[in-house]
Amino acid sequence: MDTTITENAVAVRNVYKNYGDVEALRDLSLDFPKGQLTSLLGPSGCGKTTLLKIIAGLLPADSGEVLVNGKPVTGPGPDRAFVFQDFALMPWASTIRNVAFGLELRGVAKSEREAVAEKYIAAVGLTGFENSYPHELSGGMRQRVGLARALSVNAEVLLMDEPFSAVDEQTRRKFQEDLLGLVQNENKTFLFVTHSIEEAVYVSNQVAILLPRPSRVSEIIRPRGFRNKDVDSIRRDPEYLDLVDKIWASLKSYVE
Amino acid sequence: MKIFGYQLPNMSSLILWGLLWEFVGQIELTFFLPPLSAIFATLWEIGGTPAFLKALRETAQAFAIGTTSAIVIGVPVGILMGKNRLIDELLLPWVNIFLSAPLTALVPVLMVLFGFGLKAIVITTALFAVWIIVLNTRAGVMQINRSLIEMARSFGASPFDAFTKIYFWAALPEILGGVRIGFIRGVKGVIIGQLLISIVGFGALFELYASNFLMKHFWAVLLVLFALSFLIAEFLAWLERKVEYYAASRN
Amino acid sequence: MFARHRAVILKLCSALLVFGAWEIAGRIPVSFAFPTFIESLAAFWALIVDGTMFTAYVETLRPLVVGVLISAFLGIGIGLWTGLSRAFDWLVSPIFVVMQTAPLAALIPLLVMVYGIGLTSKVFVVCIMAMPVIVLNTAGAVRNTPAALIEMGNAFLGTRRDIILKIILPSASPIIFAGLRLGVSAGFIGAILAELKITPTGVGDIISYSRSIADYPSMYAAIASIIVLAVLFLNLLERLEGFLFMGTRKTLVSD
Repeated sequence: MDTTITENAVAVRNVYKNYGDVEALRDLSLDFPKGQLTSLLGPSGCGKTTLLKIIAGLLPADSGEVLVNGKPVTGPGPDRAFVFQDFALMPWASTIRNVAFGLELRGVAKSEREAVAEKYIAAVGLTGFENSYPHELSGGMRQRVGLARALSVNAEVLLMDEPFSAVDEQTRRKFQEDLLGLVQNENKTFLFVTHSIEEAVYVSNQVAILLPRPSRVSEIIRPRGFRNKDVDSIRRDPEYLDLVDKIWASLKSYVE
Repeated sequence: MKIFGYQLPNMSSLILWGLLWEFVGQIELTFFLPPLSAIFATLWEIGGTPAFLKALRETAQAFAIGTTSAIVIGVPVGILMGKNRLIDELLLPWVNIFLSAPLTALVPVLMVLFGFGLKAIVITTALFAVWIIVLNTRAGVMQINRSLIEMARSFGASPFDAFTKIYFWAALPEILGGVRIGFIRGVKGVIIGQLLISIVGFGALFELYASNFLMKHFWAVLLVLFALSFLIAEFLAWLERKVEYYAASRN
Repeated sequence: MFARHRAVILKLCSALLVFGAWEIAGRIPVSFAFPTFIESLAAFWALIVDGTMFTAYVETLRPLVVGVLISAFLGIGIGLWTGLSRAFDWLVSPIFVVMQTAPLAALIPLLVMVYGIGLTSKVFVVCIMAMPVIVLNTAGAVRNTPAALIEMGNAFLGTRRDIILKIILPSASPIIFAGLRLGVSAGFIGAILAELKITPTGVGDIISYSRSIADYPSMYAAIASIIVLAVLFLNLLERLEGFLFMGTRKTLVSD
């Protein structure tokens, strides 16, 4: 077991959630250490997105509580930013307006918010596309817009709901590498939902494996040996390969 | 359609039909189809006459008031239905009934209730146009991408912001689609109203021309009406295409 | 209990609300020409009992049925040809596109001059109303047959005939049927318009006659009956459509 004491950015305590008669989450507790990336990994229907939306404040929990920096969550707040699976870009708005939208809703003046947006557009590598509209961008570029929007509100916690599942495989690999850089440089806490075992092991400081119906945390795995290695050698690391195999062995029986 | 590698414009076959019409008219096959050139000449003659302009003005006025009220009533009702399940369930059966009902049958009632004038025609126009606007707006609001709504919430949008910055724009393609079909129906409504009431606008002109067998006059007015309704429909379709990509991110 | 029957209960509430409002408006009364709901219902019953309604509908439905049948045959035929041949598409589509947006009701006085005030004129009115929507939907459905299906047919060595009969037609039939339904809907408008504008026969006669003798309950009853009949019949067609083409892709038909 891990003995490092780290401060938790997000703590989920005994959360229950039912949809009608269906028990989605039962007595779920989980910690998310500050400055690290935690993946929620599990088969479809295991409630990982539900959990993420409860943390985001988009869904209410039936009971239990979620603490962000020690403060209970009652709804969406400026300390968290969400990255959506389907990007959730406004088709009628240009890249720069989409990226600045979070700040626009907070009432930041136009010139100011556009300066911030400009900075993050550059950070995700979209310089030159400020005035393009989402339908003129590729899937990968759209998710970069979504990412820039989440970064530009400068929230401490980034909630990412299968952010790379709608982009093609090569773009996805590039994203995963970029994400590692982001975790290292941005000093933010990342919560990352995925259904790809390889992706979870590749990008995470800790992988929480959820099992379905009702959803519970079955295991927490902390990859260690390859975390500080070069991104190009991770996929050849024996620990990486072992972890992927081990997780697959435990999830196999839940695949229909 | 291509001829010798040259792409013929979309509606260009109408020219061919026009020429055929001219030919049939010239050989005097039937009295009710005068040559197209003669019809245009007549149109040139009557185009500036007070009777024609009065009919056009009365029709345009009834159409404008009717369709504007259809939008002003239809869009908010549609949004309400899309957002509130109870209102939706109470109103939807009636909207569907009036959408497919032959509303022409209601014109006699409107005549006895609102008199043989502008008022009855305006209401006929609005009745023809409003239901499809309601239904399309409702569909537009209901189809808004869920994650777009969650996105607005997660960034802390106020209800007012969510409405003016997300809902309205996201539903705009459907709203415009509804307005386009509503306007086409409204054109039909305003003419049906005038035909049955027949003492206002083009209804009166038709009555006059038909009783005097003034074929060229009759066709001249018809061509103007058809051209105007086609232009209105095309303009709205163009507007709709301009915002089509607003709906691009729907699943 | 409430949750399970919610839809039915709300429909009843909704009907009650509207009919109740009608009744109250009739009792105030909002206008001398606005009978109460109950008076209208009674008049409707009287028209049924003395057989007037029945003979009227035989008269009204005749041009409608004939006109819709002609429109269906011609409309689907022209639509298929338009969808299959680019040249024919170029030639005739614009006519139907213009007809679709044009207020064709304005042609009625002309039709009367040419064909008189008999059945022919009325059938014609129904046809010009119903035909464009049938043609355009049929053509659109044929044109939008999924390319993958046609490629599949070609890949398995289907002849042009096979591809039309076994791929294009079945794939287009849901929308063709929906177009027919809209055609029937437009046909109803045509049939009633013909009776109100050309010569008062059938239900149009009940409407015009009861208006002239100020028997408003009968007038409202006749109008409500034709609306109810049209809505019920179109609803039936829609259900049939859902049953016949269960599971096929739902595409919007153009009105």
